[in-house]
Amino acid sequence: MNIFTSLMNTARRKSPWVFHANAGSCNGCDIEFMTCLTPRYDAEQLGIHHEGSPRHADIIVVSGPVTRTTCEALETVYGQVPDPKVVVALGSCPATCNVFAGSPTIVGPLDRVLPVDVYVPGCPPRPDAIIAGLAEAAAILAGDKPRPVHSAAQPSIADSADSEA
Amino acid sequence: MSKIPLGPFHPALEEPYKIEVTCTGETITDAEITVGFNFRGIEWLAERKNYTQGIALLERVCGICSNVHTMMFCRAVESIGAIEVPERAKYIRVVMAEAERLHSHLLWAGVACNLIGFETLFMTCFSLREQVMDVLEGISGNRVNYAMNRPGGVNRDITDPASVLAAIRTIADVTTKQLIPVLTTDPTVRARCAGVGILTREDAIAYGAVGPMARASGIDIDLRKSAPYEAYDQLSFDVPVRQEGDVFARIVIRALEILESCKLIEQAIEMMPVGPIAGGLFPTVPEGEACVRIEAPRGEVIYYMASNGTDMPARVRVRTPTFANMPTARVMALGQGLSDLALIQASIDPCYSCTDR
Repeated sequence: MNIFTSLMNTARRKSPWVFHANAGSCNGCDIEFMTCLTPRYDAEQLGIHHEGSPRHADIIVVSGPVTRTTCEALETVYGQVPDPKVVVALGSCPATCNVFAGSPTIVGPLDRVLPVDVYVPGCPPRPDAIIAGLAEAAAILAGDKPRPVHSAAQPSIADSADSEA
Repeated sequence: MSKIPLGPFHPALEEPYKIEVTCTGETITDAEITVGFNFRGIEWLAERKNYTQGIALLERVCGICSNVHTMMFCRAVESIGAIEVPERAKYIRVVMAEAERLHSHLLWAGVACNLIGFETLFMTCFSLREQVMDVLEGISGNRVNYAMNRPGGVNRDITDPASVLAAIRTIADVTTKQLIPVLTTDPTVRARCAGVGILTREDAIAYGAVGPMARASGIDIDLRKSAPYEAYDQLSFDVPVRQEGDVFARIVIRALEILESCKLIEQAIEMMPVGPIAGGLFPTVPEGEACVRIEAPRGEVIYYMASNGTDMPARVRVRTPTFANMPTARVMALGQGLSDLALIQASIDPCYSCTDR
């Protein structure tokens, strides 16, 4: 490992920037995510910074069961995040669709659309759990923790839309 | 003349929506809002789940006003089945509804401060909000999605009223001494909010605005006063109304409502009678239909429910306040600067997940 890689890894470990995408969430996870940034929980002590533009982010946090209408925008946003990137599924909805499972207007769970690296379960997860999830994502970014293996056959959005239509 | 598309993932606001504004220079001449990004088909799902599952489903219409939606669902069931709610349960429902209003308004005040670039006040609002979250967690066991209501009562009792009272008094104290003076007199807040995004009384009536939006435009409308439900007819409180109709008036209205909610919780805790908090087993819902409405933090919510006598509702219709308030965004944005657009949008206190369901 040369000095530049080592420096880059330190930066990724110490200051992961987060972009948050709401893919049809009920706001519960989103307000808890906001709470993480405020004085009591203070995610910035880990260098975590909430960033408005996906192009500046390292971590993309997705909440919600991925509705048909946000799916395409979500893929675009994911494409805009520079490599290396980590996807965090925030809450139960992106993991399992939660109470919305079976609805014809959602294409979730999230792993059908994006490769998910960290799951933070809960409806909604507590701010402590969200910060732990973000810290795990930063460890994956820095290479301290192996990235989970994603199944190769990710059905694309077009496939899933066809099969349900 | 230029067209600027914004969204669906907006850098400032939490929820996905799309707005396309037409500008001449910096001035907005037209605006078109697209919603529907949060459409999860909740009404469709509600017809395919039984009443017990329906409560869990409807709770997830909106994470900010989740208690309102379970309360509405249960009130609709109670109305169809003519189910009596014990007195104590009514007071507990009032405490939960008002605590939820507190957290919703403080969240909104924080977001608004963030949008006008007043980071310190944003953090103050959110640390104050944490105390409300402690109250909600102490009563229900969860910070969001409280699962408090069931047809014929509530699920949990308030076992430690003294700690709730102490927390509410601190919140009222901080709001009076810190929040309201800064929000009403600070030159930064005034400069960004006074005279911005004006909604006249006529427009508010024409568009059917509800809740704090209508009250900031001089319309004295509040279901807690005009059509009291639960225990609101036993409690005394004021409904703040302002005539200006700008973003500043909406900030003041919501800040004053925080104080009124504190007052309501204090009274409800003190007047709460001793007794059962719920009826027996989950009731059978007979055939029938009901339309119920209450005042949520953002305004009037209407539920329509039809039952065909089975264990699943035949139809559940949800109309939330943002659905009524959102069209006013266009009127308010016309002629305003592009940089004020996010603030004008946020001043509605929009909840798109409620609107799209």
